[in-house]
Amino acid sequence: MNRTDRGASVSLAELEKRYDRVNAVDGVSLDIHSGEFLTLLGPSGSGKTSTLMMIAGFETPTAGDIAIDGTSVVAMPPYRRNIGMVFQNYALFPHLTVEENIGFPLKQRGVPKAERARLVAEALELVHLPGYGERYPRQLSGGQQQRVAVARAVVFKPRLLLMDEPLGALDKQLRENLQLEMRRLHADLGITFIYVTHDQEEALTMSDRIAVMNDGKVAQVGSPEDLYDRPSDRFVAGFIGESNFLPAIVRGMEDDVVITECDGALIRAMCPGRPASGDRVTLTTRPERLRFADSAWNATTPQNRLSVTVTEAVFAGERCRYMLQATDGTSMVLKEPSSAAIRRRAIGERAEISWSVADTILV
Amino acid sequence: MSEIAQPSPIAVPLGAVRPLLRNWRRHVPLMLVAPLLIYMLVLYALPVLAMLLRSLNDPTWTLSHYTALFEDVVFAKTFWITFNTSVIVTLGCLILGYPVAMGLVRAKTMAPLILVVILLPFWTSVLVRSYAWMVLLGRHGLINEGLLALGMIDRPMRILNTSLATQIAMIHILLPYMILPIANALRQIDPSLLRAASGLGATPFMTFRQVILPLSMSGVAAGTLLTFVLALGFYITPAMVGGPRDITLSMLIAQEVDQLNWAYAATLSAVLLATALGILAAARHLPGVGNAFRMSMR
Amino acid sequence: MILARLLPASIVGLILFFLAFPIVVVAIVSFSSATYLSFPPPAFGLRWYEAYFSSPDWLNPTWVSLWVASAVVVLATVLGTLAALGIARLSKPMRVFSTGLILSPLIVPGIVVAIGIYYAYSHYGLVGTPIAMVLAHTCLAVPFVVTSVTASLSGIDPRLEQASLSLGATPAATFWQVTLPLIRPGVLVGALFAFITSFDELIVALFISGTGAVTLPRRMWDDLRFQIDPTIAAVSTLTIVLTALLMGCAHLLRNRNRA
Repeated sequence: MNRTDRGASVSLAELEKRYDRVNAVDGVSLDIHSGEFLTLLGPSGSGKTSTLMMIAGFETPTAGDIAIDGTSVVAMPPYRRNIGMVFQNYALFPHLTVEENIGFPLKQRGVPKAERARLVAEALELVHLPGYGERYPRQLSGGQQQRVAVARAVVFKPRLLLMDEPLGALDKQLRENLQLEMRRLHADLGITFIYVTHDQEEALTMSDRIAVMNDGKVAQVGSPEDLYDRPSDRFVAGFIGESNFLPAIVRGMEDDVVITECDGALIRAMCPGRPASGDRVTLTTRPERLRFADSAWNATTPQNRLSVTVTEAVFAGERCRYMLQATDGTSMVLKEPSSAAIRRRAIGERAEISWSVADTILV
Repeated sequence: MSEIAQPSPIAVPLGAVRPLLRNWRRHVPLMLVAPLLIYMLVLYALPVLAMLLRSLNDPTWTLSHYTALFEDVVFAKTFWITFNTSVIVTLGCLILGYPVAMGLVRAKTMAPLILVVILLPFWTSVLVRSYAWMVLLGRHGLINEGLLALGMIDRPMRILNTSLATQIAMIHILLPYMILPIANALRQIDPSLLRAASGLGATPFMTFRQVILPLSMSGVAAGTLLTFVLALGFYITPAMVGGPRDITLSMLIAQEVDQLNWAYAATLSAVLLATALGILAAARHLPGVGNAFRMSMR
Repeated sequence: MILARLLPASIVGLILFFLAFPIVVVAIVSFSSATYLSFPPPAFGLRWYEAYFSSPDWLNPTWVSLWVASAVVVLATVLGTLAALGIARLSKPMRVFSTGLILSPLIVPGIVVAIGIYYAYSHYGLVGTPIAMVLAHTCLAVPFVVTSVTASLSGIDPRLEQASLSLGATPAATFWQVTLPLIRPGVLVGALFAFITSFDELIVALFISGTGAVTLPRRMWDDLRFQIDPTIAAVSTLTIVLTALLMGCAHLLRNRNRA
């Protein structure tokens, strides 16, 4: 059996959800491929949870369509959709044991008792909790409860698993371990995962693709690298990772590189479109991709350069973080790997910085 | 993957009947509440309303039963006694209840014991508690015997069957209704506020007056209101331990019903009910009032 | 600490004594060996308990009370639980009306309820029947069931019901397998309150118990008008113990529910 057989494909078409007069979800169209790990990422109120709730069937869309494997499910009640779901805070039944919790979906489907026991044991094995079947949820730690919730959601072999901030309640260390485990689970099961989170780091580590949501709309869909290196707009650039924004004026094009004037210097940037000469635009760069031009570092790619003044210097262990100010007053952040061999800059010092043209994006 | 039966994909037929189904679903909540609503309307609300109607249509439609109350000396006296008793009892409960509420909130290891002492009488029937006061306050009751034995009096005092006896017994019965809402309000005061107050130089008394008391006012309001409204309707206790001439509104209503004087009894009932509901309605915006009854069950 | 200085423990102690003492006295008097009411009793004995347990005048009303209270429990718990399940999902005007009607017996003065019920029930010849007592007491007991079940429903994470649906349970299966087990403690607490409400009720009983359905509180009331003999103390003590036991159960249930 090949992988694509195991995962459902989901297609959202112009999906819309209105509450009173607010559009929580405002025309979302998205194709989620079979077997994909797709994350809906966005700040609270961006519509990511409402979208998930509509896929699960707890909310009815005001307009648009949801199709699973090409069949519309909008009119189907949640208990017929056969979708696994892991809830925020897990939603384990407190009156049932771990075994009964995991056996619950099997019981609803009339699976005979012996078969049920076998599948439950298998599921416990899958999440590394064999021997915990007799316990009640309250006797487990947060991480264990989370695994039970996952086991319960996959035991009936759904082709689609939805997860609503499933790691939100856990501490950082545990969260990182479980992130890896979710990836492994995704690889093992081969089914489609739709994952909701507001944590951009989590999204970057785990997903095949990320759909960044803002104000009920999808701002950008792409692989983690796409989103990080080539954000399509200012919101995505600011929400995923840290970004510097430089105001600039377009002066010309050179193949797909745009030449702009920024603070008296010529800055080249990557640009998918064809802005007209004289347009006022914003350029974005990542702080860790800026360098002090005089440090011992040989660039082999085309570089942008700018003169700045250091306004603040913070030592943060593995990195040094500098606040810089260009002559036109624009503030920028530069992060430099810390090393005893590199000279620390003093506040008020003037410096030249440089960075690769490939790391400069016009948004 | 076929080892588990999939739920049948009945999306299409379901879609066809969906409007019907959705309508049916929408009325489920009403269908659940309806049996009780009908039950209470038929067996409680309509009977009470039918009875109250006698104050307006006996023998024909008239307001004369109400206008007559203005010149009715018996009513005036009874209303005054009822109101007066309720005020005294409410004040008594407030004075005795506030310190206990504070004690309950402050206590750590003793808290469960204090709670039991508050709740045990609360759960005991009004009849039994009124009887207990008959035992204590009677001519040969504990108080009289004790005072005689100590030589403080030389013949038994008359305490039982006086308005004082009614007041003591009613305070005893209603005290938990005052304590519980106040304790609840006190419990919600952030202890760091008290530390902050004393850190800012407030004496304990100033902390009490300027921090604790204002923050507990919602509980005091709820407790006072509850106690007062309940006191207005008291019947068994004043009838058992009160003086022969201390007739409350409830007792007067019962007497009139005994004499089958329905129009008058209904008029008095309407006045009693309107007074109680009027007070609650006037105070319904106060925080904590709505929860007072629910809290009294905890 | 600030409170401690302000509030001598002795004052609180005295008020608590005031609360508990009358009930303790009733219990002590019930073990008196004297034929009249005196305190402290000259000697202790069980004669008043014997008097109670050997007198049909006392035992019959006890059975009536137990029978009525049990029937009230069944009726009030079923009606009240169903209503509590629906009430939160009613439209706002309907919800306000229903809550007002259902909870009103808590604030409408007892005498008004009692004579209203007497007025209507006597028209239908119900006065003096245990059925009438059950029907009337259920109205008084229902608010306790509804508040208790509503409180436990509001404590349920709505995601548990969503989880159940997502796992393939139909709405009916979700109710039986998830919702009902979770609110069971609230239902039981409501049932206990319903029992006690009916078992202790006197005002309605005074008007509609007639001669055919004399309940225990009614019997005590009649007795107190003629004499105060310690049999009543024994009966009172027994009802206090019964009530305390039931309330203890209610508290245990509630605490277990919270844990």
